[in-house]
Amino acid sequence: MEILNTSLMDWSRLQFAMTAMYHWLFVPLTLGLGIIMAIMESMYVRTGDEQWKRTAKFWMNIFGINFAIGVATGLILEFQFGTNWSNYSWFVGDIFGAPLAIEAIIAFFMEATFISIMFFGWDRVSKKAHLAATWLTILGATISAWWILVANGWMQYPVGMEFNPDTARNEMVDFFKIALSPVAVDKFLHSVISSWILGSVFVVGVSAWYMLKKRNKIFARQSMKVAAIFGLVASVITLFTGHNSAHQVAEKQPMKLAVMEGLYEGSNGAEIIAFAIPNPNKESYNDDTDPYLVKIAIPKGLSLLAFMDADAFVPGIKDIIDGGYTMPDGKTAISFEEKQAKGKIAIQALANYRLAKEKGEDAEQYRNLIKENYAYFGYGYLDSPEQLIPNIDIVFWAFHFMVYLGSFFILLFAAILFFLNRNLENRKWLLWLSIISIPLVYIASQSGWIVAEVGRQPWAIQDVLPLQAALSALSSTSVMTTFFVFLVLFTILLVAEVKIMIGQIKKGPEESK
Amino acid sequence: MITYSFLQHYWWFLISLIGGILSFLLFVQGGQTMLYSIAKNETERATLVNVLGRKWEYTFTTLVTFGGAFFASFPLFYSTSFGGAYWVWMLILLCFVIQAVSYEYQSKPNNWLGKKTFRTFLFINGSLGTFLIGAALATFFTGSNFTVNKSNITDVIAPTISVWGSEWHGLEALAEPRCWMLGLTVFFLARTLACLFFINRLKDDVLVQRSRKTLFFNAIPFVTFFLTFVIWTFTGDGFAVDPQTKEISLESYKYLNNLIEMPIIGILFLAGVLLVLFGIGKSAIDDTYSKGIWFSGIGTVLTVCTLLLITGYNNTAYYPAYPDLNSSLTIENSSSSETTLFVMSIVSLFVPFVLAYIVYAWRSLEKKKFDIKDAPKDGHVY
Repeated sequence: MEILNTSLMDWSRLQFAMTAMYHWLFVPLTLGLGIIMAIMESMYVRTGDEQWKRTAKFWMNIFGINFAIGVATGLILEFQFGTNWSNYSWFVGDIFGAPLAIEAIIAFFMEATFISIMFFGWDRVSKKAHLAATWLTILGATISAWWILVANGWMQYPVGMEFNPDTARNEMVDFFKIALSPVAVDKFLHSVISSWILGSVFVVGVSAWYMLKKRNKIFARQSMKVAAIFGLVASVITLFTGHNSAHQVAEKQPMKLAVMEGLYEGSNGAEIIAFAIPNPNKESYNDDTDPYLVKIAIPKGLSLLAFMDADAFVPGIKDIIDGGYTMPDGKTAISFEEKQAKGKIAIQALANYRLAKEKGEDAEQYRNLIKENYAYFGYGYLDSPEQLIPNIDIVFWAFHFMVYLGSFFILLFAAILFFLNRNLENRKWLLWLSIISIPLVYIASQSGWIVAEVGRQPWAIQDVLPLQAALSALSSTSVMTTFFVFLVLFTILLVAEVKIMIGQIKKGPEESK
Repeated sequence: MITYSFLQHYWWFLISLIGGILSFLLFVQGGQTMLYSIAKNETERATLVNVLGRKWEYTFTTLVTFGGAFFASFPLFYSTSFGGAYWVWMLILLCFVIQAVSYEYQSKPNNWLGKKTFRTFLFINGSLGTFLIGAALATFFTGSNFTVNKSNITDVIAPTISVWGSEWHGLEALAEPRCWMLGLTVFFLARTLACLFFINRLKDDVLVQRSRKTLFFNAIPFVTFFLTFVIWTFTGDGFAVDPQTKEISLESYKYLNNLIEMPIIGILFLAGVLLVLFGIGKSAIDDTYSKGIWFSGIGTVLTVCTLLLITGYNNTAYYPAYPDLNSSLTIENSSSSETTLFVMSIVSLFVPFVLAYIVYAWRSLEKKKFDIKDAPKDGHVY
């Protein structure tokens, strides 16, 4: 048995990252395409035009192919909290488990029930009942996203809880604070609405292929129109949700923001990087090496993005580790060493508390000590300030790719709409650009996930529980084995999914009789 | 009066009920093991795949709900069992992962893995998946090799609270004959229920006739393994909790005593067993009878639910730890806080609405018997 072994932590982390990334390939398409096909079916019910029905049915077929593999990859994620992160499951299960259970009870059953009517009920229920089932299917998927992002948002900004030294875990004290946390709300809006962009780009890209092939013309135009309008609206809203997310990150996870921007030294009126090439020779957060080889920046941009104040102070990595700056709540930030010392006091006080209780002695002093220092509990497990810094290159590039591509999609949707009635079918450059955008939108979507999750390392629960204290007591060989099993299985299934989807697209929608 | 203890008992009831419903819905898995026995040609196989394919998501969703509800209400079980019996749970999950795509993908164009691969996946899910679920469930009665020490969290070098004692991480349960008994019970139960489901749903007389014949050959081993497990368990020792000291010790006839001391549960258990047997017996002897699935289905829910209830109620440790009996999990020492259980109980009030729309959907889609010829008109064919 290996406990707190670096290799075990790395394999567990890699396994979770891999399974989550695979799952996140399919979820955004479910969320985005779901709404698009529901709009198409609504058009059918409103107009009675059978062509809309054929269009909706085609996209439902694609939805089904994607949905199945989304379900398969999602199952592992839920149970992995128990299998690989068992200490986490106990330490915060009182809070974290609830959204997962609510997701299953309320959302999954809604999705699973109405999807059966959506797929098999065309001839068995009325048109309106079928349409309602389609909307309820996608509503179920969206509610599911809500609860999973409530859980995820809580990990990034733990609120509504209190540590109980008797049970050695965190316990829920305010459900609504957790369910309506501003981080969760922003995460939900940003993740779901950016998923609408993914669904739209997917539909636009596939429709462009039909236009290039000069087949299924009415279907392709219908699909292109709905997706481009929907995508443009989603893209514009995403600008705002992205801004709000950045604001939340600046307040609650300043290290993540600093890493997203590669900001080592904080300043008032901090600039935002429009384009930069990080310097590979920079080895430490506190050496004097310039962090960038090339940099194009917008003055005061980061202060504005983070705090809506052009002169606001944005702390860099060094500031966060050294402390001493004024935080948004007006308090002065303390250094890593001070946080670490407080964390160790809290952990030791907990040990003393439990020992005193066992012996039947008075433990109140230890309880107070835990309470005073609990905000930094997780720092007690860390050894060095470097452990606080997520991988800068990965997060920096992921963030910038996400922003570049998000901006590009606005232009793409606008161009599609502009040319839709201006001979779009013959503008091959735009049609090809639309097809190329399909892999690009997946890169953008995965980048967003990387920013959110890699950017919060080393924390399982921000400031309270680092990854190494969240692990199950397993051998790293066991986790490595399951990592490769899942990697091979998911890759095979992904290839199968892509090939089947291509086959279905080549087959095309039903032709009118 | 809603007390903490009441909430703990309420949630153990819900977990038991979901476990019972999951066991009933395993008829999908049972049916998947018979694609090459009951069906003799491709049309018949397509019929079975499509009739089962309309139900697989219910089983899958119930499994996910079972996990989510356990996590929320008894997180110490979640962390101890999943993190400890790692290989058993991983194998169960793998069996279900491969099922999730198999219906949708098997007949689609460009399926490079071929139809047979996905049907093999379905077979693995139906056989190994059901067997392992049964074996894992048996450890609620036999015990497992783990210890729990919440003070470990203060050890920064080794902070894991629940530690598994065997390097086999759950697979060591296969050395325990009772785990095999219950594993095989669940496997044959799933197949038995599948036969009853086919008898109820299919229009094809030939398939119905073969299902009736197969029913007999699955019901015999099911009943045999079930009775062996139950008699062995009821006449053996159970894990009792002292209500005052909370000390856990072995007690003779504990599970049988639980049934006797909680007569309502005892009556429901007997009723469940009789309903299962009635559904099977009537369907086997009466060639015109097709409603057996409902009797056996409800009977399965009742039997499994009550079996789980007696592992947790009446001062019993539901997840026993044999190296250190006092590490065993009880509904009291492993549950969520009162606030969480209360919030979750409010959420559970949605369950009747969920059941209502499931019934609506089921009835809407199942007004007439399933005929493969109708599938294209319905809109989606596997």
